[in-house]
Amino acid sequence: MSKFNLQVNGRSHEVDVAPETPLLWVLRDQLDLVGTKFGCGIGQCGACTVHLDGSPARACQTPVATAASSKITTIEGLSADGSHPLQKAWCELDVAQCGYCQAGQLMSAAALLTQNAHPSDQDIDDAMGGNLCRCATYFRIRAAIHRAADLVQAGKEIRA
Amino acid sequence: MSAVLQSPIDRRSFLRLAAMAGGGLVIGHYVPAAHAADAAAAGAEKANGLFIPNVFIRIATDGSVTIFSARPEVGQGIKTSLPMVVAEELGADWRNVTVVSGQLDPAFGPQFAGGSMSTPMSYDEMRKMGATARTMLVQAAAATWSVPATECVASGGAVLHTPSGRTLKFGDLVAKASTLPVPAEGSVALKDPKDFVLLGTRVGGVDNPKVVTGQPLFGLDQKRPGMLYAVYERCPVWGSRPLGANLDHVKALPGVRDAFIVDRTVPAGQLTGLVPGVAIVADNTWAAFSARTELKVTWEEGKFAKSSWDDFARQAKEIAGLSPDSSSISEARRDGDVDQALAASARVVEAEYSYPFISHANLEPQNCLAHVQGDRAEIWAPTQNPDGARKLAAQVLGIPADNVQVTITRIGGGFGRRLDSDPVAECAVISQKLGVPVKLVWDRTDDLQHDHYRPGGFHFLKGAIDSQGKLSAWRSHHVSFGSNMGADDYPARFVPNYLLLNSSLENGVPQGPWRAPGSNTYAWVTCCFLDELAFAAGKDPVEFNLGLLGDKDLVTGTGHKGRPYNAARMRNVVRQVAEKSGWGKTLPRGSGMGLGYYFSHQGYIAEVAEVSVTRSGDLRVDRVVAAVDVGSQIVNLSGAENQVQGSITDGLNAAWRQELDIKQGRVVQSNFHEYPMLRMVDAPRKIEIHFIKTDNPPTGLGEPALPPLAPAVCNAIFAATGKRVRQLPISRTDLSWS
Repeated sequence: MSKFNLQVNGRSHEVDVAPETPLLWVLRDQLDLVGTKFGCGIGQCGACTVHLDGSPARACQTPVATAASSKITTIEGLSADGSHPLQKAWCELDVAQCGYCQAGQLMSAAALLTQNAHPSDQDIDDAMGGNLCRCATYFRIRAAIHRAADLVQAGKEIRA
Repeated sequence: MSAVLQSPIDRRSFLRLAAMAGGGLVIGHYVPAAHAADAAAAGAEKANGLFIPNVFIRIATDGSVTIFSARPEVGQGIKTSLPMVVAEELGADWRNVTVVSGQLDPAFGPQFAGGSMSTPMSYDEMRKMGATARTMLVQAAAATWSVPATECVASGGAVLHTPSGRTLKFGDLVAKASTLPVPAEGSVALKDPKDFVLLGTRVGGVDNPKVVTGQPLFGLDQKRPGMLYAVYERCPVWGSRPLGANLDHVKALPGVRDAFIVDRTVPAGQLTGLVPGVAIVADNTWAAFSARTELKVTWEEGKFAKSSWDDFARQAKEIAGLSPDSSSISEARRDGDVDQALAASARVVEAEYSYPFISHANLEPQNCLAHVQGDRAEIWAPTQNPDGARKLAAQVLGIPADNVQVTITRIGGGFGRRLDSDPVAECAVISQKLGVPVKLVWDRTDDLQHDHYRPGGFHFLKGAIDSQGKLSAWRSHHVSFGSNMGADDYPARFVPNYLLLNSSLENGVPQGPWRAPGSNTYAWVTCCFLDELAFAAGKDPVEFNLGLLGDKDLVTGTGHKGRPYNAARMRNVVRQVAEKSGWGKTLPRGSGMGLGYYFSHQGYIAEVAEVSVTRSGDLRVDRVVAAVDVGSQIVNLSGAENQVQGSITDGLNAAWRQELDIKQGRVVQSNFHEYPMLRMVDAPRKIEIHFIKTDNPPTGLGEPALPPLAPAVCNAIFAATGKRVRQLPISRTDLSWS
C-alpha cells in the first residue's frame, strides 16, 4: 500500500492503495465518484474516460501512481451543476438510453470540443471511436456534439 | 376516507391495505391507498396533506405530483413513458411531475421489463390510474363550487369550471379530494385521445440530468456501509464443478477477506441460475480482481467439454441430409404437398443460412449487491425481472421469498440478459456466508464467457417459383440449439405448400432471450431467402413480397397457441417504406437498396436499407428508412424514435461482426478486442422513421424494429454487389466486386 495525493475535480484527496491500482477503482471504491464506469477493463470501451490535465484517458488503464501527478477531471467535475454545453445538449436531444456509457462519451466529447470548437462528422467519428454505446445511440451523440458546439458559439456571440 | 400514507411508501402498509381493501375500492389488481377503517391510524400523517388515490400517484398541497414508475428502466425509456400516460389522464403539468422508481412490491402489479410488454400490459392501467385521480380532483372542485362535475375539466395541474372560468389548482384540492371515496373501476371516464396534450410529444428522459452528471443510478454504483467486494470464478466449460482450489494462498493475499468454493447448482440441473464456482471476497474491487489472477482451481469438466462450433455445424449438415421421418427430425407444420410442388415448379432455389451464438454484452457488467442477515435478505440489483430475482435468492438462501426485499436500480443495458438472475443468486450466497453487505462484480470476461447467449442456428431451405412467378412451395429445416421456429412463423400460412421441419443439437450452451428472441434471426433467414426467390422469379422484391402477403387482412393463428397475423398492417408498412425510401430509384453499381419486414412483439415494421460497398468489399450503411406500426398512439415521440434508431443500429451491430466461437466446450472470445462491437463510424449515416398510426392498441418498441434490419442490409448488399450473405456475421462474407 502507498499513499497518494490526488487532485480530482479541483479537490485534494489522500488515498492509501496499492500503487498499480487503476485510477478507475480508486475513484469508484475509495472516493465514491462512481460516475466513471467500468465496462471492459482493457481500454476498449471508453466507459471509464476521464481527463488527465485536460486530455482524455482511460481510467482503467491508468495506475493511480501515474494519475497522482495530474489534475484529474471526472464526469462529476465536468461542470458544477450540469451546465456544460455538452450536458445541456445531451438532455435537449434526449441522447441516453440506458445511459451507462454516456459519462465516458461526454468526457471524450468535452476533450474534442476543447481542441476543435467546430468538429465535422469525420472529426467526431475519429474522436469518439474509442467509446462504445451498447444501446447504439451514436446517431444522437453525434447530433448532440454538433448542438453543443453551436451552444458554445451562441454563448460567445451573446457575450461579445 | 383519508388517502394518506407516510412517505416513502411503506411495503407493509400497502400489504395491509391490500388485505383490508374491499372489492369496490380496488382499481384493477392494484391497491387503493384509502380505506375508511384506516383513517384513524393515518390521522397523524394526514397533516402531511398528501392526496394518494392509488399506489402510483401522490399529490402534495403545493401542487407537486409524484408518479411511481414500477417497471425496471433498462434504457427503453419506460420510467418516462408510463408516467407520461398517468400524467396525461391526470391532467398534470409535466413540469410539476417527479418520477420515483418503485421497489419490488406486489401492489404495483407486474414489474418485469421484457418482451416489449410494458406498454401493452400497462398502458390502459396507467390511464385508469391517472383518470381515477383526475375524477376525484374534479369531484373535489365541483363540490367546492357546488357545480356539476360534468362542467369541470382538469388540465395543466388545475381544474377549470368551464362556464364560469374559475380554476382551482390541484394542490388546493388535495385536502378535499383526500376525503372522497376512490371511484369504482369502470366508473371513471378516460380522455378522448384527440384531447391528448402530452402523449405523442417529445419528452426527455426523467433521469437525463442525473445520467449526464454521473449520479449513482446503476447497480454497480450501489454501496452500503461495511460492504465488501466479491468476484466469482466459474469454469469456462459450462456444467463443470470445482474439485479444489488454492484457497489458503488466495486468502493470504492483500485485502482478501475470504475465499471459498460454492458447489451447488440451483435450480438443480440448470445452467442459468446458481452454478458452482469459487468466490473471493475482498476490501475493494481491485483487491478482489488482483487476487483472482492467482486463483488456481481444479475443475471436473462436464460432459460438454469437447463441444465446438465446427462440430455443431457438421452435425447440423448431417441432420439436414437425413430423411424427414428420422427420429432426429420433427414436423412442425405441413400444408399442401411440398415435394410435388417443388417437382412441378418452374424454378427451385436452395440455400443454407447460419448464424452464430452472440452475447448480450451489456456495457454494465453483471453485478449485484446483497445483504443477507439471518433469514432476511436485501438485494439491490439491475434486474429486468425483480420478482424472479427475489424467488431465486430465496431458493438459494433457503428463506421465504417474502423475506427478500429487492430494490431495482437503473440498468446499464438489458437486452434480455437481466431477465435471468444468476448474479443475484451468486451474490446472495456470498453475502450469506460473510453476513455483511457484499457487492459482486463480474468482469468483461465473465460476462462474455458466462452469458446466456442468443442461440446460433442453421436453416436449410428450398423454395419453388411456379410458372406465374409466384412462390408455390417453401421447405425449411431448422436445426437449432433447443428452441425452434414455430408453426405460425412467417411465411407459414402464406404459401400453399409449406413444410417446416425442426431438429435440435444436444449441447450445454446456456441460452437466454436476446432482444427480439427468435425474430432477430428468423427475420434475417426468411426475408433474405424471400429476396432470393423474388430474384429467381424475376420480380421486384417489394412487388413479390406484397404478392406473398396476399389480399386477406387478418390471417388467423393455427391451433390454440396460434398467433393471428394482420397482413393488412404489414402490407401497409411495406408500401409506406417503399414510398418513403424512394424504392426503385437507380443507383450506381456498388450501391443498393434492400427490404426487410417482420412482425414481432406485436409490432409491424418494414425497413429499407441503402448501402454502399467498395470494390474491395468495404460496407457502409448510408441510410435506413423505417415504417413502424405499433398501434394508435406513440407515447413519447423522442423515446420511440430513440428505440427505433437504437434497434436499427443494434441490428447492424449484431449482424455485421458479432460472433462467438466455441472450442473445447468454452467460448473463445474474452473481451471486446476479440468481439468487435459497432462504433460510431459504422453507425448508419441517416435513419428516417415513419410511425404509421392504426386503430390498434399501443404496443412496445424495445424490440420489434431490430429484426428487419439485418435482412434489409443483406438484401441491399445483394442489390449493390450481386453477392448473397447467407452466413452471419456479415464480415465472414467477402463483399468485394469487380
